Amino acid sequence: MAPTTAAESPLATVLRDRLGDRVVALVEALGETTLVVAAPDLHAVATLLRDDPALRFGELMDLCGVDYQSYGEAEWETSQQVTATGYSRGVEGEGPGRFDWSQRPRNEPAPRRFAVVVHLLSVSHNRRLRLRCFCPDDGLPLVPSLTSLWPGANWFEREAFDLFGIIFDGHPDLRRILTDYGFVGHPFRKDFPLIGNVEVRYDPERQRVVYEPVSIEPRVGVARVIRHDASLAQARAEATDRWQQN
Amino acid sequence: MEEIRNYTMNFGPQHPAAHGVLRLILEMDGEVVTHADPHIGLLHRGTEKLAESKPFNQSIGYMDRLDYVSMMCNEHAYVRAIERLCGVEAPIRAQYIRTLFDEITRILNHLLWIGSSALDLGAMAVFLYAFREREELMDCYEAVSGARLHATYYRPGGVYRDLPARMPQYRESPWHKGTDLKRLNAWRGGSMLDFLAAFADDFPRRVDEYEELLTGNRIWKQRTVDIGVVSPEQAQAWGMSGPMLRGSGIAWDLRKKQPYAAYADVDFDIPVGANGDCYDRYLVRVAEMRQSNRIIRQCVDWLRANPGPVMLDTHKIAPPDRESMKNDMEALIHHFKLFTEGYCVPEGEVYSAVEAPKGEFGVYMISDGANKPFRVKLRAPGFAHLSSMNTIVKGHMLADVVAMMGTYDIVFGEIDR
Repeated sequence: MAPTTAAESPLATVLRDRLGDRVVALVEALGETTLVVAAPDLHAVATLLRDDPALRFGELMDLCGVDYQSYGEAEWETSQQVTATGYSRGVEGEGPGRFDWSQRPRNEPAPRRFAVVVHLLSVSHNRRLRLRCFCPDDGLPLVPSLTSLWPGANWFEREAFDLFGIIFDGHPDLRRILTDYGFVGHPFRKDFPLIGNVEVRYDPERQRVVYEPVSIEPRVGVARVIRHDASLAQARAEATDRWQQN
Repeated sequence: MEEIRNYTMNFGPQHPAAHGVLRLILEMDGEVVTHADPHIGLLHRGTEKLAESKPFNQSIGYMDRLDYVSMMCNEHAYVRAIERLCGVEAPIRAQYIRTLFDEITRILNHLLWIGSSALDLGAMAVFLYAFREREELMDCYEAVSGARLHATYYRPGGVYRDLPARMPQYRESPWHKGTDLKRLNAWRGGSMLDFLAAFADDFPRRVDEYEELLTGNRIWKQRTVDIGVVSPEQAQAWGMSGPMLRGSGIAWDLRKKQPYAAYADVDFDIPVGANGDCYDRYLVRVAEMRQSNRIIRQCVDWLRANPGPVMLDTHKIAPPDRESMKNDMEALIHHFKLFTEGYCVPEGEVYSAVEAPKGEFGVYMISDGANKPFRVKLRAPGFAHLSSMNTIVKGHMLADVVAMMGTYDIVFGEIDR
């Protein structure tokens, strides 16, 4: 895979030309273009992306929410505590689900907690574009809806609302879509536990379905670790070395 | 004069034509649908959140369970996302094996589709015929992976193992004996590629049989022609892909336009429809089965002529083979690390899309450099298709809703995730 080169792709040049200072960031990596715009500009930028003859992103393939809480945090620190006897084991982690956003132990690398990521496709130009928009307020994540531009965004936005609690301003029908009727909370947020909060069973005495607090314990099967030493560059060098056969 | 009232009708989640667990709330004016509100999520398992809690490789099996009739195509998108983030490519033989199995999967999917949607519209026999061929292809799944449906065969860096040199045969039993047994084993004398070559020679005749039953069938045409017309503009606005888009006359196929695996090197056509109705989408899918068969034949020829590795030699991602583990300490360590902690994927984000039988299946993956993905979003084609239900179905009769649901080719494993 070619690394990012200095020369921009034609798409990036067109985007810079059309959008000017509305471009918060424009990243090209792994052969994909990512455009970051501010929430107030989102609707206008999206309209331009759809209608401009040089862009013509006629299809919205995907729209999803992302919760950047605990980004880049490991549950198991190994980098700092290497001693002569090896790694310290079982360090209490700082991984997802253990802290609220307000109690987060470190500074976040991402500027905001919630983002909406849109994947656009231009059938006529055979190009893709990733459009990212951070929600300005972490407490009440609010971005403009794209349903008026691409009707197909409707369900994708409902899904992002359901799972992340992101509110889409101007959405005609912002209801929950995937979770149960009467569900409380937004399950894909990083501070929502994997085991959930309530469990359901049928109570034969009361002759109805009852909701109770979960009875199982959360468990981390494999700890989340971040290693920079075990890079693939090293692996590739090892593979070409063939020291066993020398 | 009597007062006329609209009905609200509950279609599903237990209706046999609801293809799983769709609850569709229909506002009816007599027999005409005025509003359709699909309620989905009855099969929501939180696959994306589960994937965040596991090392990368442990979620491959979940991908099979999304669209559970096109298993390996889902795996392909997921595995390719990891490979692209890591900056590795599978060996060329693995790419051909993936192409081969993607097309086997496409035929499996379209066979189930043709069977079940014909059954929805009252044609029983097609279902039975289609399952006859599905059985043979699922035997190929079983021969390479040990599982008939949920294969977990594709791995980052290649495929789990090379194609078997011997196709498993039926043994004599009270159910399979005599001439029946001989017929079942007729193609199974050689390798799996021999079996597939025999299958590919025979399959066009089988497709002719389905077409004989349906294409000119008066009832089938009455139920599908001019029903659920999707205009090309509508198809794009609703984010449709796959046969839904091609049925409306847009020649868009990721295998041709943004080729992956070995699709750039095989020869096939993109069938397109003209009117965008249910009948056109039926014709597109039937033509796709024939094209898939063409690709299978080319892959079989290539794979016969070109032996080679099917997995990368990079043991930071791909496990070493069992044999080297017996006498190589490095290999043992690599194996242990890979199957306990997994591997760390470089920080970045990627959207990897494949042309799944139902349309564009995409995996959007964000990695923060850990051994587990930070976020996985699965873009299911059926989700986008089903969201257009209200617009397309409005003004149709109740029975046409069933025809329309059939051509959406919806599977709730992928829609609810």
